[in-house]
Amino acid sequence: MKETHYSSQQQSSPPQTDLSKRKWIGGAAALVALSPGLRLVELAAAKPNDQPASSAVRWGMLVDTERCTDSCTACVDACQLENGWGKGSTDESRSRATQKAHWIRKVKLRDRETGKTHILPLFCQHCENPPCVDVCPTGASFKRADGIVLVDKHICIGCRYCMMACPYKARSFIHEALHDQRVLVPRGKGTVESCTFCVQRVDRGEQPACVEACAKLGNKALTFGDLSDPESAIAKQRTEVTSRAIRADLALNPRVRYQGI
Amino acid sequence: MTTIVYMPLKEKQLGFYLILAAFGVLVLVGLLAAWYMESNGHYVTGMNNQVVWGLPHVFAIFLIVAASGALNTASIASVFRKTVYKPLARYSALMAITLLIGGLTVLVLDLGRPDRLIIAMTHYNFTSIFAWNIILYTGLILVAVIYLWTMLEARMAGYNHQAGMAAFIWRIVLTTGTGSIFGFIIARSAFDAAILAPMFVVMSLGFGTACNLIGMLTLFPWNNRPLGEDLVHRFRKNLGIFVATNLYFVAVYHLTNLYFRNHQEAEQFILFTGNIYSTLFWIGQVIVGGFIPLMLLFVEPFRRSRGSLLLASFLVILGGLAQLYVLIIGGQAYPMPLFPGMEILSSGFYDGQIAQYVPSLPEALLGISGFALTIVLTLVVLRVLPMLPQALIDQKQTSARHG
Repeated sequence: MKETHYSSQQQSSPPQTDLSKRKWIGGAAALVALSPGLRLVELAAAKPNDQPASSAVRWGMLVDTERCTDSCTACVDACQLENGWGKGSTDESRSRATQKAHWIRKVKLRDRETGKTHILPLFCQHCENPPCVDVCPTGASFKRADGIVLVDKHICIGCRYCMMACPYKARSFIHEALHDQRVLVPRGKGTVESCTFCVQRVDRGEQPACVEACAKLGNKALTFGDLSDPESAIAKQRTEVTSRAIRADLALNPRVRYQGI
Repeated sequence: MTTIVYMPLKEKQLGFYLILAAFGVLVLVGLLAAWYMESNGHYVTGMNNQVVWGLPHVFAIFLIVAASGALNTASIASVFRKTVYKPLARYSALMAITLLIGGLTVLVLDLGRPDRLIIAMTHYNFTSIFAWNIILYTGLILVAVIYLWTMLEARMAGYNHQAGMAAFIWRIVLTTGTGSIFGFIIARSAFDAAILAPMFVVMSLGFGTACNLIGMLTLFPWNNRPLGEDLVHRFRKNLGIFVATNLYFVAVYHLTNLYFRNHQEAEQFILFTGNIYSTLFWIGQVIVGGFIPLMLLFVEPFRRSRGSLLLASFLVILGGLAQLYVLIIGGQAYPMPLFPGMEILSSGFYDGQIAQYVPSLPEALLGISGFALTIVLTLVVLRVLPMLPQALIDQKQTSARHG
């Protein structure tokens, strides 16, 4: 299994003209962040941009399906706004519904035996042994040292073999030219993309947008953190509750676990 | 012992160029279709984020698999020393190269970023069977060219057996690799089966022999070159064996899936639900591509007719395309088993639903242009190089003259 020490900056495909804009935005963000009383705790955990991802960290997520509600789409909405797809972008107007990008979706299930229903968000499971990375011919699909699975847009040739191989249908192919993109979330026609655990936020020491949105509503169905740190909330929670991986039979060891199904 | 004389295909003038122009137009139309899809994006195709590989892949994989099988004629001569096939070894190697180029062209032009082809050549992830296939495909062209060289150049004739052996091993590995593209996909019930690798080898033998036969049965009479019945009969028998063996592998593959509880629903979807895939399976793959060719090849009075053999070859190709359509697209259309034991009540992205795919015209045109490109390249090379024997008359022993 190839592990690559990339930072989120390397994952992106920044056009030269965007660099100055990025620096400006980065500087502005730092100024805002460093304002008194604002996010000092989170920044303490941020990874400097010039340093590679560390294998000492193992990002993961725990989904408490009992706390996930049917009508709520906060996680999906937040992901769209943060990463500039769906409602978060004016793009993909010509693509059919089956062709549009989907980084995260809500799924409602019913147990055939008991009739009990479950609601959960489904997205890239950031597997320890990701089949998308195994099958990618150019190495565009890669796993960072901290376990986040990404697509290098520079070398994705759009063969879609990763989409064939992903058991979670977590990846999307972009079927038309895009213009309305987030600066830190490059996307492009003819390439494949999926949930990045909001790597641009995680590297700043923040939580993924979906986790933050879920917590803001008070549902707290999503817990994100470092699985390698026994003191982290996610590590503690995983020792206390029973959680399972979707398609555990495939032995991919996804970093996303579900509690209550 | 009779010396075989190879001659460039110079007998026809106007007719040759007309046919070349007709297929050339099809190639151009295919290139235009590819340009249309690439400049707009894949939203103009029937493909989507459920069925990510569509009709172009069906054509591309057919041509690539057929390329490997087309080389079989030369292998029988060089590797297994059946000298009666030797006069067709050059043609066989040429067909392998042109079919492969046709298939690879379609495959590359269907990429999301075909402009990044150079990246596929310079960045390799060796855990990917796809990356290995890039090496295997380009390598087969190289090996087949060297093999041809040993047949065309008298000074290289001493290396013919070795080159033939290398090409034989290479093409078996190549088709195993192509089958493994699907066999290694654990996520989908229709794939995830080791039998796909040998099944693709068997498919290649049938598809390639059918392609070779169509060329032989049209080019020889069209150019007034005799083609002996003994050789034709051997090809007839070979094609029949390959078609029957393919049916056997298909039966084992589907029966195995029916037996495995976790594959049963997907298998029933393919075989029994009456959708496009089960119709294509029974009518296209099994009857048109299997039983009817077997009848045409082995049952009196058809077995004595070259017209029947030609028809059988066309039907094997149609059946092969149906087989790959059912496997590749049917395999994607059936939803992935994400939550065994659970019923999916709703999903933001079509979980648990049969995926819809309707091929678009540009996809079909691109796929067909792969065949057209193969024919154009084959005709051009046959026109300028001594590839086809001037006559293939029945005899017990035939020696091929090199050079």
